[in-house]
Amino acid sequence: MDIKLADAAEIAVTEMPPPRRAWPAIRRFFSAPAALFGAIGLVLIVTVAVFAPLLSPQNPYDLMQLDIMDSRLPPGSESFAGVPYHLGTDGQGRDILSGIMYGLRTSLIVGIASALVAAIIGTTAGLMAAYVGGRTESIMMRLVDLQLSFPTILMALMVLAILGNGVTNVVLAIIVAEWATYARTARGTALVEREKEYVEAARCLRIPGHRVLLRHLLPNCLAPIIVIATMQVARAIGLEATLSFLGLGASVTQPSLGMLIANGYQYLLSGLYWISFYPGIALLITIVSINLVGDRLRDVLNPRNAR
Amino acid sequence: MMTTLIRRAIQAGFVVFAMTLIVFVGVNVIGNPVDILINPDLNQAERLRVVQNLGLDQPLWRQYLSFLHGLSQGNFGDSFVYSKPALDVIVERLPATLELALCAMVIAIVVGLPLGLYAGLYPERLSSRLIMTGSILGFSLPTFWVGLMFILLFAVQLGWLPSNGRGETAEFLGARWSFLTGDGLAHLVLPALNLALFKTSLILRLTRAGVQEVVMQDFVKFARAKGLREGRIVLVHILKNLMIPVVTIIGLEFGSLIAFSVVTESIFGWPGMGKLIIDSINLLDRPVIVAYLMMMVVLFVSLNFIIDICYTLLDPRVRLDGKG
Amino acid sequence: MTALLDVRDLVTVFPGDGKDLRAVDEVSFQVARGEVLGLVGESGSGKSVTGFSIMGLVDQPGRVASGTILFDGEDLAKADLETRRSLRGRRIAMVFQDPMMTLNPVLRIGTQMTETLHAHETLSRQAARARARDALGLVGIPSPEERLDAYPHEFSGGMRQRVAIAIALLHRPDLIIADEPTTALDVTIQAQIISEFQRLTEEQGTAVIWITHDLAIVSGLADRIAVMYGGRIVETGTISEVLEHPRHPYTRGLIRSVPSENTRGTRLAQIPGVTPSLGRMPAGCAFRSRCERADGTCAERPGRFGGARAYHRCFHPHEEALA
Repeated sequence: MDIKLADAAEIAVTEMPPPRRAWPAIRRFFSAPAALFGAIGLVLIVTVAVFAPLLSPQNPYDLMQLDIMDSRLPPGSESFAGVPYHLGTDGQGRDILSGIMYGLRTSLIVGIASALVAAIIGTTAGLMAAYVGGRTESIMMRLVDLQLSFPTILMALMVLAILGNGVTNVVLAIIVAEWATYARTARGTALVEREKEYVEAARCLRIPGHRVLLRHLLPNCLAPIIVIATMQVARAIGLEATLSFLGLGASVTQPSLGMLIANGYQYLLSGLYWISFYPGIALLITIVSINLVGDRLRDVLNPRNAR
Repeated sequence: MMTTLIRRAIQAGFVVFAMTLIVFVGVNVIGNPVDILINPDLNQAERLRVVQNLGLDQPLWRQYLSFLHGLSQGNFGDSFVYSKPALDVIVERLPATLELALCAMVIAIVVGLPLGLYAGLYPERLSSRLIMTGSILGFSLPTFWVGLMFILLFAVQLGWLPSNGRGETAEFLGARWSFLTGDGLAHLVLPALNLALFKTSLILRLTRAGVQEVVMQDFVKFARAKGLREGRIVLVHILKNLMIPVVTIIGLEFGSLIAFSVVTESIFGWPGMGKLIIDSINLLDRPVIVAYLMMMVVLFVSLNFIIDICYTLLDPRVRLDGKG
Repeated sequence: MTALLDVRDLVTVFPGDGKDLRAVDEVSFQVARGEVLGLVGESGSGKSVTGFSIMGLVDQPGRVASGTILFDGEDLAKADLETRRSLRGRRIAMVFQDPMMTLNPVLRIGTQMTETLHAHETLSRQAARARARDALGLVGIPSPEERLDAYPHEFSGGMRQRVAIAIALLHRPDLIIADEPTTALDVTIQAQIISEFQRLTEEQGTAVIWITHDLAIVSGLADRIAVMYGGRIVETGTISEVLEHPRHPYTRGLIRSVPSENTRGTRLAQIPGVTPSLGRMPAGCAFRSRCERADGTCAERPGRFGGARAYHRCFHPHEEALA
């Protein structure tokens, strides 16, 4: 019976924040042309990445399909067997276009996975800190401040220096470098919510802590966290590309965009620009699209900007 | 004010100490130094000898103590690659990185501050909007990508500027600098611009936000009511109020410039600390890695400390509060 | 006698939803040399915007849309920016409401004073500093020499307002616009500042436009009074004329709502309703939604009844003197 009472009260308090209508928000989102561009770019990129095996002219990971005779061909040339290479080939005779499609997959997976895990860890930490308060909170936030005072690249380098190179370690490095941002945001929003009366009410009703956290504090922090996560996917992709470019990242057999660019770097000065250039363009489109979408999301989800 | 300073100093010391623990545990426990340090072709007896030589058979706390002992004397061990003390190897590269970072900072300030001021004073103008859009690009594009485009455009296509190395250097204050020779200066342009891009956007946006906040203030209106010329209002009344946040950021970001020079140095073959650390990670040159990381930790902690002091000096309000 | 300041049909607008909103609506008044005009109204009545319109400091995107501001024979509304700047601080000065906000927190008091001198005159640093020091002494700031090197946060609110007044008086201006200069101060400090201000402007023969919502202050200070409501001057005249014989129902309501010895023990009269926001002002007489005398004629815009220095805008003015 106790439980029932608590549930009823909880249902009542859950409804305290006004329900959001999805449709007007979506319409508002697309009212900005930049956001529309971003969204189109994003859909395109995700489609290409998901359906890469179907869309790409060649499987760039299958060494049997590569022919050294076809290496370093300029864009528009044809293979020995007569297949056109629209964007040229790299040093191993790999089709650049196919490389980009598969590279996008690696980049997106790394970006999304690391942003997601960092978001979960950071948000949990931030919420816990805000809810528990006291010493735990101050120690945790000290740690966050400290972490944020170091540039991401340095944190990532530190992790890679300790763990060694490789894709998994790059993901780990990005998580270590980025979790603090989420923690600070989650705590900030949760602190505002924590002082509100419905949380107080929930506490008085002895609703267990984890339920207050999950059902009251978390939903209120979600909007800013989503915005940050969107932007962080772009940052993570950029960071992964940077680390791969520095030779600390993804394996050579399944190159990400950064790796492709790095591979072409040695040919850049001899004028074989396409090996680096086209993957670079793909990276640019990816990052800019995600940022445009994230930027618009921030405007739309920010209650202060709502009209 | 003294008590605050002392408390800050103690905190900073504690952070450095904590970081030594992290770096030590990281390198010696998580990564297996035996695997990293010892040639796998060696036989068992030889391996054992190396382990003993490096003190890796000692208990962990003793290893940590001797690590701290070495640290306090600036001794990180000899670099495996260069067979010299690791710290010496790094310090040799310091001027190159410092030069690059300083140049980038100057560019970022000289470009970012006026543009931010302009965009903040006239937010409705088309040129301001263009500046802001440009700064978003500067924010979101990865540094290495822009560096590549610089090389492609200015070095390969146009052939205007060199894209690799420091060029000719000249001696000054006991170190060699590129900016003192024409050739060195030409080599400096692209890397410095590349490194400056992100910071320029940052300073620009910060300045703009600050201007928009300050122009709303009554004291700006009062300055107008006094009949001051617009130039003086902007350059003295508005700019001086902006200096506090901007100087803080410049100070903080100088450290991150040195950290980010890792990327720029690798692209442009600039022989500084950043390129060294990447090479060292790839070659598993552990003493150099540890020395670099510790140096960075000390750099960042001291930068934060110095900024705290600057803050007190710049803002007369903080100064008084500290006294009272 | 020609007026020092002659404002005619001044209209200052702010762009609103679709149409311009008139914050100042066909305001006309005159100020003679050495005269003190009290500009009275509630917040939002347009009195501060009137002051800023004269200074040429209306906040963007607001602007003076029409009317003339004749200052010593010259129309400021048509003057170029440099002419206006050279008048500001030299011949027309202004004192703001909140002394905590008007001084730049990161500049020394001395700098903020001497820069005002350097903006309009060529003089040496030493001479400027000496003038600044004298001006500080004049407004009753002890040990002015040392205080020149202090920062604003080292002063109390009352002291800061004295500094602001000293700055306004530096060039012995012909006109000072005082925008509620005592509202943000403690009552005891208020009295000091007012008497100090009165003494100095009388000595220097400076004309004053004293903007306030406080009738009590104006009655002891001003020679003439202009009452604003909804962006318009609803009634103006000499202080005794308006206070003893208010014609406009709003003026009457305003006077009645001030507690005084005569009203002790009785219920204080109040004006019913609240001031509508700028976009919701009724057409015709702005006050008619709250006026007990309003009828159909009030839907039309009341003109000015009377002369340039004393008029009211009401179709049904009170004729009898205030009891």
